[in-house]
Amino acid sequence: MSEVLVVIDHAEGEVKKPTYELLTIARRLGEPAAVFFGSPEQGDAVAEKVKKYGAAKVYVVDDAQIKGYLVAPKAEALQQLAEKTGPAAILLPSTFENKEVAGRLAIKLGSGLITDAVDVQEGGVTTQSVFAGNYTVQAKVTTGTPIITVKPNSAAPEEADGAGAVESFAATISDVAKTAQVVATQPRQSTGRPELTEAAIVVSGGRGTGGDFAPVEGFADSLGAAVGASRAAVDSGWMPHAFQVGQTGKTVSPQLYVANGISGAIQHRAGMQTSKTIVAVNKDPEAPIFELVDFGVVGDLHTVLPAATEKVKERKG
Amino acid sequence: MNIVVCVKYVPDATADRRFEDDFTVDRVGVDGLLSELDEYAVEQALQFREKREGEEITVTALTVGPEKAVDAVRKALQMGADSGVHVVDDAIAGSDYLGTSLVLAKAVEKIKADTGADLVVCGMASTDAAGSVVPAMLAERLGMPQVTLASVVESQGDQVRIKRDNEGSTEVIGATLPIVLSVTDQSGEARYPSFKGIMAAKKKPLETWSLTDLGLDADQVGLSVAYTQVEDTTARPPRTAGEIVTDEDGSGAGALVDFLASKKFI
Ligand SMILES: Cc1cc2nc3c(=O)[nH]c(=O)nc-3n(C[C@H](O)[C@H](O)[C@H](O)COP(=O)(O)OP(=O)(O)OC[C@H]3O[C@@H](n4cnc5c(N)ncnc54)[C@H](O)[C@@H]3O)c2cc1C
Ligand SMILES: Cc1cc2nc3c(=O)[nH]c(=O)nc-3n(C[C@H](O)[C@H](O)[C@H](O)COP(=O)(O)OP(=O)(O)OC[C@H]3O[C@@H](n4cnc5c(N)ncnc54)[C@H](O)[C@@H]3O)c2cc1C
Repeated sequence: MSEVLVVIDHAEGEVKKPTYELLTIARRLGEPAAVFFGSPEQGDAVAEKVKKYGAAKVYVVDDAQIKGYLVAPKAEALQQLAEKTGPAAILLPSTFENKEVAGRLAIKLGSGLITDAVDVQEGGVTTQSVFAGNYTVQAKVTTGTPIITVKPNSAAPEEADGAGAVESFAATISDVAKTAQVVATQPRQSTGRPELTEAAIVVSGGRGTGGDFAPVEGFADSLGAAVGASRAAVDSGWMPHAFQVGQTGKTVSPQLYVANGISGAIQHRAGMQTSKTIVAVNKDPEAPIFELVDFGVVGDLHTVLPAATEKVKERKG
Repeated sequence: MNIVVCVKYVPDATADRRFEDDFTVDRVGVDGLLSELDEYAVEQALQFREKREGEEITVTALTVGPEKAVDAVRKALQMGADSGVHVVDDAIAGSDYLGTSLVLAKAVEKIKADTGADLVVCGMASTDAAGSVVPAMLAERLGMPQVTLASVVESQGDQVRIKRDNEGSTEVIGATLPIVLSVTDQSGEARYPSFKGIMAAKKKPLETWSLTDLGLDADQVGLSVAYTQVEDTTARPPRTAGEIVTDEDGSGAGALVDFLASKKFI
């Protein structure tokens, strides 16, 4: 069976959930071989984790030569790895950075690229959700090695035994790939809440919060949810941009999305319309967000959310 | 110095966007416009020029698209770009990322040969396909540094620095011109065309190029040679109308929590 390269999503060796989703999907296409860009010291620990989801091999690519430059070196390393291993497909978690890596890799390998897949079936047919979630598209790569970036929450991770054989891969990075330098990096502080794009539940606030996110955060915490925001809330300086949901922020596809004081503009919908269940609290019964919801409350979020938070806590005991 | 700003003509997001029978986007039947996110690219190109008083800097707006796509270039000229290039050829229709980035790269190379291309500015994504990949692919094809997804752009001499929000961090990226830059909607509000700008735009040079002008063959781009193939498109079934309750004396919170519990979220 041919290998399917799966690029591991991690922060300093902490493997993130989309990696396990991708390994699960990769098994439909061939034998998963995980690719770890990071410090070689962390390779064994990472391999222990990914082999539980079926990774037969783990290619460890020392990122000492790679992490100081934007995107281009990773694409070169993956090209060299693909040329060596001849994979059946290459899967990457769909982040902005990985999409750019995938784009450059597609040119280098002369291969087709599909971005933001929400499903990949046996045979490589992908599903994309497009036009703010109003259409789904079935597509396939027809030339070269299929390169597919896959969104978080596209599959439920399923465990499977893999050998997890660690193999270090030495990539040669050219000088042209080192022309956009990472001058400084500031890791974002953890909020202690689930990661926005990976969370099962997202509770968001908009302009209707009036700048007071406490009711939104309180309700989110009672449900163990991530917190999101509309662009209006971000532009007002109430929440950092990393929390923005929508066309120019994060796309989320949780089991439950709760929009509070958000009108439901098309650009906001683009980032949340594929959520399984949608709930809104808005004081305007005419707000367009109500067209999307499974359940809606017409009311003031400043009274509804604190009361609901208390009730959730009571139920949870 | 010449700056090339890449602007895409897209179907209006607030209109009823749809696909043709061959699964390509209906770019003719639906009203189109300059992709809103590319206005930020035009703005940054113009600011780059304005901040460098005394330097000879021109801005060329470039689009690849059908007949009507010239409107995207016109809008950029109205905002203040100096000249425009519209690459149009029936053979380009249905191009995927590889095809589109190839045509754009060839066009940039031709502009470079004519007037220079010291800075190529793109938007962060188109508002129709929203791939966010073309700028990186342009950098790959042109062999220029990729400096993408900038929320803040600063430059001094031939040095450019940007702020880039990544998944788990904020980065500062630095590079030396010429570069491919893409900018986000955080980079600064785009200006509206002034009346003077609209009048002046009518006299600005606007060229139309075909594939032949770029030294490309019809069999190198377009739907028939795409590296990817769309097999089907489906309109999402309309959402079944949800239950909507009005909060009265605190009833809303109870109803909300009952709903969440019924769906096993609690
Ligand atoms: C190029 C471009 C990209 C964009 N990208 C994004 C994006 O990524 N994400 C995004 O979100 N937007 C984006 N936008 C902006 C988008 O068009 C909207 O302006 C934005 O989503 C509005 O945010 P909002 O719903 O919070 O505010 P508003 O539209 O002002 O809505 C506020 C809502 O709160 C309700 N409300 C007020 N007070 C209360 C209260 N006390 N209790 C309950 N409800 C209350 C009101 O009834 C109203 O419905 C983009 C726009 C453009 C042009
Ligand atoms: C819904 C949908 C899904 C698609 N999915 C895929 C896919 O998975 N794989 C694939 O290969 N193709 C795909 N395509 C085709 C692809 O979108 C086109 O090739 C498109 O022209 C370029 O991609 P983009 O619009 O996503 O550009 P982006 O990468 O989002 O564009 C970023 C920037 O590049 C510049 N730019 C992009 N296109 C042009 C242009 N024509 N003229 C001038 N400047 C431009 C602009 O500055 C823009 O802001 C898809 C198309 C649609 C409509």
